[in-house]
Amino acid sequence: MALTDPTGAATQPSRRRALTRRRVRSVAGTVLSLALTLLGLLLVTFIIGRVMPIDPVLKVVGDRATQAQYDAAYIAMGLDQPLIMQFLSYVGDVLRGDFGRSISTGQPVAQDIARVFPATFELAALGTFIGVVIGVPLGVIAAARRGGIIDQVARVVALVGYSMPIFWLGLMGLLIFYGMLGWVGGPGRQGILYDGMVPTVTGMVLVDSLIAGDWGAFRDAFSHIILPASLLGYYSLAYISRMTRSFMLEQLSAEYVTTARVKGLSERAVIWGHAFRNIAIPLVTVIALSFGSLLEGSVLTEIIFSWPGLGSYITRGLLSGDMNAVLGGTVVVGVCFVLLNLFSDILYRFLDPRST
Amino acid sequence: MTYHLTTRAMLLASALALAPAAWAETPADTLVVAHTIDDIISLDPAQSFEFAGNDVNNNTYDRLVDFDPLDPDAGFQPSLATEWAVSEDGLSITFTLREDATFHSGNPVRAADAAWSLQRAVKLDKTPAFILTQFGFTADNVDQMITADGNTLTLTMDKPYAPSFVLNCLTANIASVVDMETVMANEVDGDLGNGWLNTNEAGSGAYVLSAWRPNEAVQLTSYEEYWQGAPEMKRVIVRNVAESSAQRLLLEQGDIDVARNLTPTDVESIAAVDGVTILDEPRGRILYMGLNQKDELLSNPAVIEAMKHLVDYEGITGSFLKGQFVTHQTFLPLGYLGVLEEQPWTYDVEKARQILTDAGIEGGTITTRVRDLREYVDVAQTLQASMAQVGLTLEIEQMTGAQVLDAYRAREVPIFLGEWGPDYSDPNTNAATFAFNPDNSDEAAAVGLLAWRNAYEVPAEMNEATVAATLEQDADARAAMYQDIQRQYQAEAPIVPLFQRIEQVGMRDGVQNWWSGGAISSVMYRQVTKGE
Repeated sequence: MALTDPTGAATQPSRRRALTRRRVRSVAGTVLSLALTLLGLLLVTFIIGRVMPIDPVLKVVGDRATQAQYDAAYIAMGLDQPLIMQFLSYVGDVLRGDFGRSISTGQPVAQDIARVFPATFELAALGTFIGVVIGVPLGVIAAARRGGIIDQVARVVALVGYSMPIFWLGLMGLLIFYGMLGWVGGPGRQGILYDGMVPTVTGMVLVDSLIAGDWGAFRDAFSHIILPASLLGYYSLAYISRMTRSFMLEQLSAEYVTTARVKGLSERAVIWGHAFRNIAIPLVTVIALSFGSLLEGSVLTEIIFSWPGLGSYITRGLLSGDMNAVLGGTVVVGVCFVLLNLFSDILYRFLDPRST
Repeated sequence: MTYHLTTRAMLLASALALAPAAWAETPADTLVVAHTIDDIISLDPAQSFEFAGNDVNNNTYDRLVDFDPLDPDAGFQPSLATEWAVSEDGLSITFTLREDATFHSGNPVRAADAAWSLQRAVKLDKTPAFILTQFGFTADNVDQMITADGNTLTLTMDKPYAPSFVLNCLTANIASVVDMETVMANEVDGDLGNGWLNTNEAGSGAYVLSAWRPNEAVQLTSYEEYWQGAPEMKRVIVRNVAESSAQRLLLEQGDIDVARNLTPTDVESIAAVDGVTILDEPRGRILYMGLNQKDELLSNPAVIEAMKHLVDYEGITGSFLKGQFVTHQTFLPLGYLGVLEEQPWTYDVEKARQILTDAGIEGGTITTRVRDLREYVDVAQTLQASMAQVGLTLEIEQMTGAQVLDAYRAREVPIFLGEWGPDYSDPNTNAATFAFNPDNSDEAAAVGLLAWRNAYEVPAEMNEATVAATLEQDADARAAMYQDIQRQYQAEAPIVPLFQRIEQVGMRDGVQNWWSGGAISSVMYRQVTKGE
């Protein structure tokens, strides 16, 4: 960097312009590819929804409806239109911010999602937090003391985490920590005393009770979220710790680590100061993906803990042919993944010295 | 608010200080119920036709006549109407309305509101509208057929229907009296307030809807001005808890007062827990076996007769359906006018084999579709085993409820195993679907009739008897007519009623007067108390 450009200041502005142009073009390209990704996602979900052998009209009018009532609902739902027209008008509505009405709740999908998404987000965020705080150190130590006792423990923990059905673990957790010990709250997001007491701001009960300054409500909400969050945390811990371990092993066998050791650096400095820094980037991706999968994939946990979240909302929609709910939910999950990717991209720039 | 906070803080402090058990105790004036309420689509009484939606509306609205939750067997009782008189020709009924009832908005309940509510339901023509339109009301004539004058309301029908039939239909949800002014203030594009009422409430019932969060919870608050006196439970919270084991844990811990969806296993283990009692309440749903008459084998009368003896009634109700169903072999549920209590069929493989041999039937294969609900699949598999013993092979394809229903309505399910729930509290509700099918052709597309779905050509005299029973003015004679229909039905029909649903309600000790609605209605909270 100490070298100066011999051509000097004359070319600077034009080069900056070129750079700006390139940046704008790359941003535009990114936005375009994101839009196309989302459109593709919508199209695939839409088609799957339409070919599913479930009659959404029956869900609306019920089994007892007359043919005339059925036909009226069929037309009101726009199902008499050609598939492509249905899709285009749906996309048009979405662009205007209208996700349609859910047929299984009778309410606008946007309103439903505004209610269920914060519940899932809160749970997934806390779960990922637990997974990271325990999983990363566990993975690093397991790699550093390869074959040691901690490595063995970590392996068993991960194996159990991978193979235990979450349904069973959830019920056992409830039975022990709620039913027998009484340490945590039962299924649901809040106890009866606090239900509906805290004004909704973000929809996340923990955050809302803090905003309201209601410590009782906060403790109550915490006692309800901690068990399902730990459960999700356990699963992401299993994944994160295994990935951390293998990233670390790769780094620890690299030559620069040997060099650092030969130079007499302390083991701690080698591991945390050098090797760990280099795995930070792929690790961020792993964590972001694991968070993303918790956003959409915690259906069973949501059912066991009566957690009114996005996963069970989409699943319920799918089972009852409620395509507006499924499409709306899928778009939200899709956007989340896109944002998470973007977020880890940005983090890269901070973590990777080469990108500055 | 300060008061609330301090109480809450104290409760919390004591909860933390004491043993874990004290953590959970519902407040004395609050009833907390765990139930699956994810089927609510609409709360508009003109549209709602799902169990959980009716459970809400039964408490937020009143009707002209209602059941007494403390004595449901007494049948319909005066409610918003104090008395009624049938005209000489039997074509009209005039109701006198009480004048001390008010809606939750504070508006008085007038005969004009009641008439408008019925007219509105007919004009909106949503799924349950047939409960009213079967008396000859149409969108065009209903303003003349249902009229209000002062504090009286007159219904004029196209035929002299049995008064018990009409009044039973008026206990149905769709006959709820809504607050005309409030609803019309929220009308959008001539929808008669349907959009607004889907998520709001404008009734005069004992409870006010304070919140509905779909798939999560319904909250009701007592209506202090209720004409029958404010209910004892000031708050009712119904939480959606899908898992039976979660409901069981909540009940054991005392976090809820009532659990309504316990599986037999959970009922068994919770019955031993201190402080919990189980209440068995027969509901209206009938689990039946429909033998599709389009199937060559199944349309053979000998096969129909043999199938009735291949169901292990006692074995099934004694094992996997234990506590959830009782054997019931007629299409009217216990609790209905004219129900037949005879049980003509027993599980008898030898007899079935004899019947088939006598008819020269060597065997055969049937492939059917069964909804992937544990109860239905288990019944199907038991049937499969006993059919195998007489040389009949049953192949079972499991599908979702929606898929099976689609196929059933297209008359494509050879052996249907599933439940039918009555739509209103009169015997005609089931007679008109099990034992009535005026045109069995495919073109008739009477998809709503179970007889049609099973391609059962109901004999002309049974069709006529079903219609005649709706016109019989004398209730006893009417009951006898239904008994005759049921006997003939048992003798020949290919639709075989097997079991009646029992709801096993888990309750904390101290919860008194619970009523889930029996076979005829929906849950009612206003009479519930919580003692020590």
